[in-house]
Amino acid sequence: MNFDLSDDQKMLAEQANKLLAEVSTPDRLRQLIDEKADYDQVLWQNLAELGFLGAAIPEEFGGIGMSAMELAVVAEEVGRYNAAIPFVSSVVQAAKIIELAGTQKQKETWLPRIASGEIIATLSTHEGAGDMQSPPLPQCRLDSNGLSGKKLPVADGHYAHLAVVTCQHQGKLALALVDLTQDGIQKTQLSSFDELRPFAQLSFDQTPAELLELDDCDSQQALYKTLNYAAAIIALEQIGGTETCLYMARDYSLERQIFGRKLGSYQAIKHKLAQVYVKLEIARSNAMYATWCLANNASDTGEAIAVSRLSALDAFETAARENLQVHGGIGYTFEANCHFYYRRERLLAGLLGGKSLWSDKLINAVKAA
Amino acid sequence: MDFNDTPDEAAFRSEVSQWLMQNAPEFTITADTKEQEFVAKAKAWQAKKAEAGYAGIRLPKDVGGRAGSEMESILFDTEEGKYELPLGPVVGIGQSMAIPVIRKHGTEDQLKRFAEPTLKGDITWCQLFSEPAAGSDLAGLRTKAVKDGDEWVVNGQKVWSSWAHHADWGILLARTDPTVAKHKGLTFFLIDMKSPGIDIRPIRQISGESDFNETFMTDVRIPDKYRIGEVGEGWACAMTVLTSERLSSAELKESESVDYLIELAAQTPGDRGTALDNDCVRERLAYWYSLEQGQKNFHLRMLTKLSQGSGPGAEASLLKLVYAQRLQQSAGFGMEIQGLSGLATSPSDHAAEEMQKTYIWSTAMRVAGGADEVLLNQIAERVLGMPGEMRGDKNIPFNELA
Ligand SMILES: Cc1cc2nc3c(=O)[nH]c(=O)nc-3n(C[C@H](O)[C@H](O)[C@H](O)COP(=O)(O)OP(=O)(O)OC[C@H]3O[C@@H](n4cnc5c(N)ncnc54)[C@H](O)[C@@H]3O)c2cc1C
Repeated sequence: MNFDLSDDQKMLAEQANKLLAEVSTPDRLRQLIDEKADYDQVLWQNLAELGFLGAAIPEEFGGIGMSAMELAVVAEEVGRYNAAIPFVSSVVQAAKIIELAGTQKQKETWLPRIASGEIIATLSTHEGAGDMQSPPLPQCRLDSNGLSGKKLPVADGHYAHLAVVTCQHQGKLALALVDLTQDGIQKTQLSSFDELRPFAQLSFDQTPAELLELDDCDSQQALYKTLNYAAAIIALEQIGGTETCLYMARDYSLERQIFGRKLGSYQAIKHKLAQVYVKLEIARSNAMYATWCLANNASDTGEAIAVSRLSALDAFETAARENLQVHGGIGYTFEANCHFYYRRERLLAGLLGGKSLWSDKLINAVKAA
Repeated sequence: MDFNDTPDEAAFRSEVSQWLMQNAPEFTITADTKEQEFVAKAKAWQAKKAEAGYAGIRLPKDVGGRAGSEMESILFDTEEGKYELPLGPVVGIGQSMAIPVIRKHGTEDQLKRFAEPTLKGDITWCQLFSEPAAGSDLAGLRTKAVKDGDEWVVNGQKVWSSWAHHADWGILLARTDPTVAKHKGLTFFLIDMKSPGIDIRPIRQISGESDFNETFMTDVRIPDKYRIGEVGEGWACAMTVLTSERLSSAELKESESVDYLIELAAQTPGDRGTALDNDCVRERLAYWYSLEQGQKNFHLRMLTKLSQGSGPGAEASLLKLVYAQRLQQSAGFGMEIQGLSGLATSPSDHAAEEMQKTYIWSTAMRVAGGADEVLLNQIAERVLGMPGEMRGDKNIPFNELA
């Protein structure tokens, strides 16, 4: 037994950390918001050049072929600096579902371009309010005339080049691969709670699209696996964010003088932050185990991922809220950095469903074991 | 990262599990095992392990150990945990407190004298630290030891001394110099519990049992050769004890696990179907399950650090903190979902009884070995680097404190 990152993984983390610390600064985030930028193109370009975007894409499809653990290492740094990039959409979700459900030809066509950053891809499951993990059949329909229907919200949908869209086809759930650069797709940007992670509504009307269909591949199964995979990776993004919040609050509490002493000397503040630390370490331990399970096809992978998701949700939720609280009024200003994480936390919670959904999944997994 | 056994680990695990299969069943206990029998079996089991080289796996061979690795010790504990064996403080205090402190601060002779008999279960131990006015604030203790020739004369009162009524020896923290600041005037001793002047009185606990005691010491004489470390080095010795205590977190009892509770909920009738069909029940159980897994995984991370040679820091406090709070909440909930039957049990209702016992026991866990609030302070100060508490006793000689 050895429960520690390898030296190579630690080096990877250091590299990613260095780049993100340099490029994705709080002032840069403020600038992106003011400019209403879709994403941080400079950062994305840098990540592409260093090979990070293809980290977990198989070598035969232009990636580096590392495991979920390495991708998670990068995700943690993305979370730490609240990066404004379509990381989850393109290299986590879209790449995974194409890898799981695509034909050889589809993989050869698209994965190398995702890995190199040449295109940005996204996965679209939602059609309005509610959770889409085990949906009734989508309204969106693919038939001989093409893809028709509405998808919303679609992460990064208005500027992505490619989407994998859940739809119905011959009365069953199917996955359609749509080139978003073609004419005739109506794209409307939505107002996103996290301004650094934009969303759009996409309307298709007999839009040419092809099925993502590896022989015998069950779309429901591929979707389920992809969302679980994403949950395991995003847990590290949540953990990166949690850690930033914890130390941002700690540092501020050591600077701020109140009633003649440091704010951080009050036990209410010490205990609050110690509790966040506990949640952080619990979440990190569970997330490390879950990504290991994923990379090694362990029999309890599903359970481990649900456990990891639940503790990451809990840690980031508490950290983001209490960080702002510790800052007092300054925390409510655009100039302070608390708000980036306060918003990102909700985004990552909403992205794959919150505590009730994953609690249910976990109990089912435990009962089935 | 790798959670699979290495070939060496796998070989050791299988050797251990075979040995346990042959030897453990004879020593197992049940809920009905009486105290005297429990203690006798606990010592006998210790002797059996020592004979096979499984007691003190990490200790050097010349003191009766195996000179094995951290990992082997962990593997043994995991496999041993699969049987209902008579473990716990009666033999545990010797293994996880007395031996480590003698090893780190004592002399070769002291280690030779005590390690082997302790490993064999011939000597059992109690911990004489806490006093009525000194618990979390342990350095405030008042028990005095005064030098008289080659001996020390001890007077004072200890409290919450677990299993002292069965102990042969005690590890004792006493004040030898009241004229210096409170942490500085302490010295560490080994005390023969059969010495004249020791009076042990059982305390009736809320569990109905009497595992711990008041220990009164009147003119008890301790030969100087049983002093551990230098005079005035008592606080450092006590810290060694508390750190090694914190990591010796035993395997969970099955009835304390959330798995057990999930099973119980699945068998308990609820408003629709079973209690487990209620989504509110599921959400809470899932939360505790994630904490329990987190505690286990964090423990494994700590052990990896240990086996790489870096000692556990204050972050290890997290383990007991998470465990004790979760235990109280989940056991209380386990009683609740059973309705009134969780409170008034028929003799055959083993599960309800276990929940009640756990609910009572969890209160002790939140206090003993560092109370929740104290552990949170430690994490804030030693891990996060936040300021220490404002205190009224800093740098003031003990005998001048109000
Ligand atoms: C079952 C059991 C077995 C035990 N066995 C032994 C044994 O064998 N040998 C032994 O020596 N001792 C033993 N103890 C004693 C144990 O170590 C003490 O109970 C513990 O250290 C707490 O001390 P106290 O009881 O004096 O509580 P106190 O220290 O008086 O604490 C009371 C409350 O105040 C809180 N508190 C304390 N300091 C602070 C602070 N700075 N800020 C905020 N809150 C604070 C605590 O968290 C607690 O909630 C045992 C206790 C139990 C329950």
